[in-house]
Amino acid sequence: MEKEQHTHIVKYKTYVFVLIALLLMTFTSVAITSLNLGPYTVSAALVLAGIKSLLVLLIFMHLKFDKKFYAIMVASVFLLLGCVIFITFLDYLYR
Amino acid sequence: MTDTVIQNHEPNYLEYQGRYKGIFSWIFSTDHKRIGLLYLYSMLVLFSVAAILGLLMKIELIAPGKTIMDAQTYNSFFTLHGITMIFLIVVPGLPAVFGNFFLPLMIGAKDVAFPKLNLLSWWIYILGATIALSAQFFGDGPPDTGWTFYAPYSFRTGTNMLPAVTGAFILGFSSIATGLNFIVTIHRMRAPGMTWMKMPLFPWAIYGTSWIQVLATPIVGITLLMIVLERTLQIGFFDPALGGDPILYQHLFWIYSHPAVYIMILPAMGVISEIIPTFARKTIFGYKAIVVSTLAIAFVGYFVWGHHMFTSGMSGTALYTFSILTFLVAIPSAIKIFNWVATLHKASIDIQTPFLWALCFLFVFMIGGLSGMVLGALSANVHLHDTAFVVAHFHFIVFGGTGYAFFGALHYWYPKMFGRMYDKGWANIGLAVFFTGFNTLYLPMFYLGMIGMPRRYYDYVEEFHGPNIVSSFGAMLMISGLVIIITNLVRSARKGEIAEADPWKGKTLEWTIASPPPLENFAEIPVVTKQPYDYE
Ligand code: HEM
Ligand SMILES: [Cu+2]
Repeated sequence: MEKEQHTHIVKYKTYVFVLIALLLMTFTSVAITSLNLGPYTVSAALVLAGIKSLLVLLIFMHLKFDKKFYAIMVASVFLLLGCVIFITFLDYLYR
Repeated sequence: MTDTVIQNHEPNYLEYQGRYKGIFSWIFSTDHKRIGLLYLYSMLVLFSVAAILGLLMKIELIAPGKTIMDAQTYNSFFTLHGITMIFLIVVPGLPAVFGNFFLPLMIGAKDVAFPKLNLLSWWIYILGATIALSAQFFGDGPPDTGWTFYAPYSFRTGTNMLPAVTGAFILGFSSIATGLNFIVTIHRMRAPGMTWMKMPLFPWAIYGTSWIQVLATPIVGITLLMIVLERTLQIGFFDPALGGDPILYQHLFWIYSHPAVYIMILPAMGVISEIIPTFARKTIFGYKAIVVSTLAIAFVGYFVWGHHMFTSGMSGTALYTFSILTFLVAIPSAIKIFNWVATLHKASIDIQTPFLWALCFLFVFMIGGLSGMVLGALSANVHLHDTAFVVAHFHFIVFGGTGYAFFGALHYWYPKMFGRMYDKGWANIGLAVFFTGFNTLYLPMFYLGMIGMPRRYYDYVEEFHGPNIVSSFGAMLMISGLVIIITNLVRSARKGEIAEADPWKGKTLEWTIASPPPLENFAEIPVVTKQPYDYE
């Protein structure tokens, strides 16, 4: 069994900044729907949501301060998800 | 009381009296072994009900026209049969029963990483099952969509969809929690010296399965929720009238449900990889190839879901991508078959009931897999999709694969679980009857599908009559076999001969402790120095 006893304390200020960033992006993604961007509306919403989850994962969920191994595991899961979305669009884009 | 128990001076897990008495000492137990048995008993009950539904459907099909039930009853029967068998039995089955019971034993641990979460998973399972099955008894009649809940029918049908879908949604949490529990257990709790490459193959299979459970189940959860929202709020995800896309439903459903078929089959392959070396008295051929193919199946299995949708109107690009990927995923399965057969080469085989189950598994699994290749070819699929051929394919591979492995595992580990041995003669007779019935039941369905009999209808034209009589007769034979098998097992749990700690001369860690295992499994955590199947 492996044990790591090493805690990282994140400053309150960082948390507040991240919170503000998350709120701003939420408002932006709502606002974007009123512009008429056509098919890009979805991409914009997805990109913003992606950045938001990245922030939550890295800071709130401490991925940034943990072992590299966990980052690799999380990244491969996202890679898998990326492949699934890519293949789905082989249908939607060529129909 | 067995001799071993007296030697150990420690009650085994069946005798141990904890804080609660009677039934509460089971349903509130956090012991992985008792939880495994809780799942086993729940599943045996559900399986018996669903099997009887299947038999009734086959009796309906013994002659054209209405035989014993009307069309709507038939529709609700195949729906309930499918939901029960898939979501309540074969998806959770092997991990929940044998993963729970044997994973800790095989890696030399005292329990799983999160015993309370483990108990909670069982409770969630029971809750989900109750809600899903409640759809039968109240509201506007039992669901009739099939286990696939295809849109747009699933939000237009007048029947009682919401409980069925909600129940399946809740079951997902049980699956995810179990998967998570096992991943952590395998990463953190292997006995000292048990490196990844010294881990037995059943834990490896559970490991691959758990990852699929954790990563794929949320997708079906969201999808089922979308059905609920579509039905209640008319949002327009899938309904063309509201600007939705019904094919999107099929994508989302199969993005989960194809990986789910690997949730069903990977642990089955793990069981076979345990049984074969034990009775061949030989180390498994190509241990690493089996490990790698397990992980490869888990990974590539994510990318082939579209082979269920070849006739749905997907784009051509998607069609041939999915077809090629489908052919690729068969390779790792074939690797395993070759490894098992190579293990038997020049072995001194001890022919016992579990081994016979494994042999039958090889036979039916190959038929199932090869018929999958037929279905994976685009041109053949157009002809065969939604015919009896597909039903034959997946029964050969789900029942023939997972089902046989389940019964094989039960006969293999039974003496360890209950400390008693079943009657081997009756077990073999049961298997022979069951196996004959199984093939008589499903082989004609390949033929029926090829000559065009569609699935999910209670009626058919006269041309299909002959093979259907054979098939229905096979169903009765198969059920008789099951009755023999299950009666023998249930009876022997109390009355069977006392079993030794290692009746099959197995080499993995679960055979080093008493039968039934003591409460905390290992008095002292073992130190592993050898490969798992060390027969030299
Ligand atoms: C050798 C690998 C396999 C291949 C190439 C394969 C291929 C296919 C294809 C193409 C279909 C769709 C047929 C159609 O609806 O037109 C199908 C259906 C199905 N397969 Fe397989 N399969 C394989 C292995 C498995 C395994 C291992 C399982 C489960 C343990 C499984 C379970 C199912 C089920 C349940 C269905 C029917 C779903 C439904 O429509 O109700 N298959 N398979
Ligand atoms: Cu599939």
